[in-house]
Amino acid sequence: MTAVENPNAELAPAQLRDLRRLAGFMVPASAEYGVPGAEDEAIFADIVRSLGRDKDDVREALAMLREIAGGDFAGLDQAAAEAVAMTLLGREHRVMTALGRAVLQCYYRDDRVMHALGIEPRAPYPQGRVLEPGDWSLLDAVRGRRRMWRDVDSTET
Amino acid sequence: MPRPPDDIVDVLIIGAGASGAAVAWSLAETRMKILCLEQGDWIKPTEFPSNGRDWEARRYADFDISPNRRARATDYPVNDDNSPMKIANFNGVGGGTILFTAHYPRMHPSDFRVRTLDGVADDWPIDYWTLEPYFAENDRMTGVAGLAGDPAYPTHEPNMPPVPLGKTGTRYARAMNQLRWHWWPSDVAVATTEYDGRGKCINLGHCTPGCAQGAKASVDITYWPHALRARVELRTRCRVREITTNEHGMASGVVYYDPSGMERFQPAEVVIIAANGIGTPRLLLNSASARFPSGLANSSGLVGKNLMLHPWPMVFGYIDDELDGDRGPQTVMWSKEFYETDPSRGFLRGYTLQFTRGTGPANEAITSMAAGRLPWGKDHHRVFRSLHYHRMLIGVACEDLPEEHNRVTLDPALTDSHGIPAPKIDYAISENTRRMMEHGIARASEILEAAGAKNISCSRTVLNSPGHLLGTARMGLNPERSVVNEWGRSHDVKNLFIVDGSIWVTSGGVNPTSTIQALALYVADSIKKRLATLFD
Repeated sequence: MTAVENPNAELAPAQLRDLRRLAGFMVPASAEYGVPGAEDEAIFADIVRSLGRDKDDVREALAMLREIAGGDFAGLDQAAAEAVAMTLLGREHRVMTALGRAVLQCYYRDDRVMHALGIEPRAPYPQGRVLEPGDWSLLDAVRGRRRMWRDVDSTET
Repeated sequence: MPRPPDDIVDVLIIGAGASGAAVAWSLAETRMKILCLEQGDWIKPTEFPSNGRDWEARRYADFDISPNRRARATDYPVNDDNSPMKIANFNGVGGGTILFTAHYPRMHPSDFRVRTLDGVADDWPIDYWTLEPYFAENDRMTGVAGLAGDPAYPTHEPNMPPVPLGKTGTRYARAMNQLRWHWWPSDVAVATTEYDGRGKCINLGHCTPGCAQGAKASVDITYWPHALRARVELRTRCRVREITTNEHGMASGVVYYDPSGMERFQPAEVVIIAANGIGTPRLLLNSASARFPSGLANSSGLVGKNLMLHPWPMVFGYIDDELDGDRGPQTVMWSKEFYETDPSRGFLRGYTLQFTRGTGPANEAITSMAAGRLPWGKDHHRVFRSLHYHRMLIGVACEDLPEEHNRVTLDPALTDSHGIPAPKIDYAISENTRRMMEHGIARASEILEAAGAKNISCSRTVLNSPGHLLGTARMGLNPERSVVNEWGRSHDVKNLFIVDGSIWVTSGGVNPTSTIQALALYVADSIKKRLATLFD
C-alpha cells in the first residue's frame, strides 16, 4: 500500500498528492549526488507516517499552498507548480519550519541517502561510533597559566 | 509488602530529578521512612532514541525538551508566551538529567559573592567552600570526566579522563591558543571508563535525548539505584497537587493523584520539594490556604519571583574540513576567559564559552533550513554537503541576574490533565545580560574566524531555554527577602525544605546541575546534623 492509499494518514487524498509533489520540489532527486527526492515512495510514506506533532502545521502549510496555487496544486504543470512551491517555501512562517522538519527528519534517515553521504544506515546503539582522541599537546599552552578564579576575599583576578 | 499509601512517612520528597535523588540518597542513611513521589515514569534504556533509526526525529517528539511540544501524559503545560526563552524540562525519574547535555561545571567561588565583589544582586548565605565537600561527594556519586589543573577553578579531581578532543576540539584548541585565550576540557557527567556499574561512552551522538548506553549520568542510574537499595520508596505517576498544613502552620503532607487518577493524601513529618524552579513555585502557589493566602512559604512575597533562565546565544560556523559531527558527546571544552567581571566590557559578571561538536544529518538539515542556511530545490544537496560534519558551534552561557519582574505565577486558565493550575512565565532579558550576550557573540565569532570558519551566524535565544530554571524560592538569612534559610528550610514552615534550583540566589554563568546536586547534599547533611532540633 502506498502512502497515498494509507487510510491512517489522516490527510485527505488531495492533501497527500499536494504534499508529495511539494516534497519533490523541496528536496529533489539528484543523479549528480545519487540520491532520491523526498517524493520517493518509501521516503514519502515515512514522512506521512511520521507527521506526528507537526500534522496540524503541515495541514496549514498545504492550505497556504492551495491558496497560492489558486486551487489544485498537484494538477499544475511543472513550471507553474515549481513557482508556487518556491513562493510558499520562501515564506517565513511557523508552519514552514514544521513542514521542513516533517520532510527532512525522514529524508535524512533513508538508507539510500545515508549511503550517499557515506554514513552507515543504522541506529547509533549498540555499536556506537569512533571518536579520535585529538591533539592534547595543545593544552600545554594553557597548563600552568596563572590562577583565573576570584577568591571571595579578594577583588583581584 | 509495600506500605499502605496513607501511612505517615518521616520524609516526603516531591520530585525524583537531580536534587530529589541526591537528597533521598543522602538521607537514606538515617533509616527514616523516606518516600518520593514523582509525576513521571521510569525511562527504560531501550526507550531512548539512540536505539532506533528515528533517533534524531524523536528529539522533536517524545524526547523534545519542551514540555508543551513533548506533551507526554506525565507532562504539565507551561504558558511561556510572554518570554523570549521557552521552558525546557523533563518529568520522570531522573528529571532534567534525562535530557541534559551532561556539561557539568561547578559554580565559581565569586558566584556566591556578587554583591560584595560586583555590587549587584545579592550574596548567597553560603559560599563555595561550604559546598566544596558536597561537590566532591556529588562528583563521586555521578562519575565526572575531566582533567585536574584548570586555572579557572579551585583544584578538584574529576573521576575519569576527559572526553576526547576529537577533530572538532582540536580545531577549537588551535584557535584558542592562537588568540591566547583560556580553554580547558570540560567536566562532563559522562563515563569515559566503566564506572559504578555503568558502561563507558561509546559515542552514540548528542547526549541530550538520553543515553541508551548508560554512560551519561542521569540520576535514574546514579543516585536512585543506591537510594532504592537503602530502602527509599519511589512511587511514579504520582502528581502532587498541594502541600497541606496543620493547625500549627506545619506541613502535614500532600494531596496527590495516584496512577489511576485517584486523589490521595500522604501524611509526612517533613516535606522536601525538589520540583525545579518552575514546578516548585507552582506547587507552593497552588498550596495557598486561609493561613497562607498568598501561597505556602510566601510571607516574603518572593515565591515565583527572580526567575533566571540563562540566556544562551549559539554561534555557528562551518569549515572546509570534516569534523566530528554527531560522533561523540556534544560538549568538549569550555573557556572561562570572560567569566569574571571586567567593567571595561560594559557589563557586570560574565559567561562561559561552551564548545560543542556538530550534529546528525537530520538535525543539521532541520536547523540549517530553519536558519536560512540550507535552501530548498536544486541547490539543496550541494549546500547540505558543505554543512554536514563541518559545523562548529559555541554556546555563550550568560549569567542571568535576579529581577523580581521575571517570575512564575499561576495561569488563570491553563491546567494540567488533573485540573491543577499550570505555571505562567513572565520573563525579559535585562540590558546587562544583552550587553553580555553581544560581547560573547563577538568573541565566539572571533574564535570561529580564527578556526577558519565561514558562514558564521548566531541564534540569540535558542528555541527553548537551556532548561536552567533558577531563583524562584531563593535562600537567604532575612525572611523578608528570601523563602528558605541558609540550609534550605522554609522561613515560614519549619518542616518544609526546598532543594532544587529555585533556592539559587544568583545563577552564575554555568550549567547548574552539579551545583544543584551539591546544594541538595548540603541541605540533606544540614538536616541530618540537626535532627534533634530540626523544627526549632
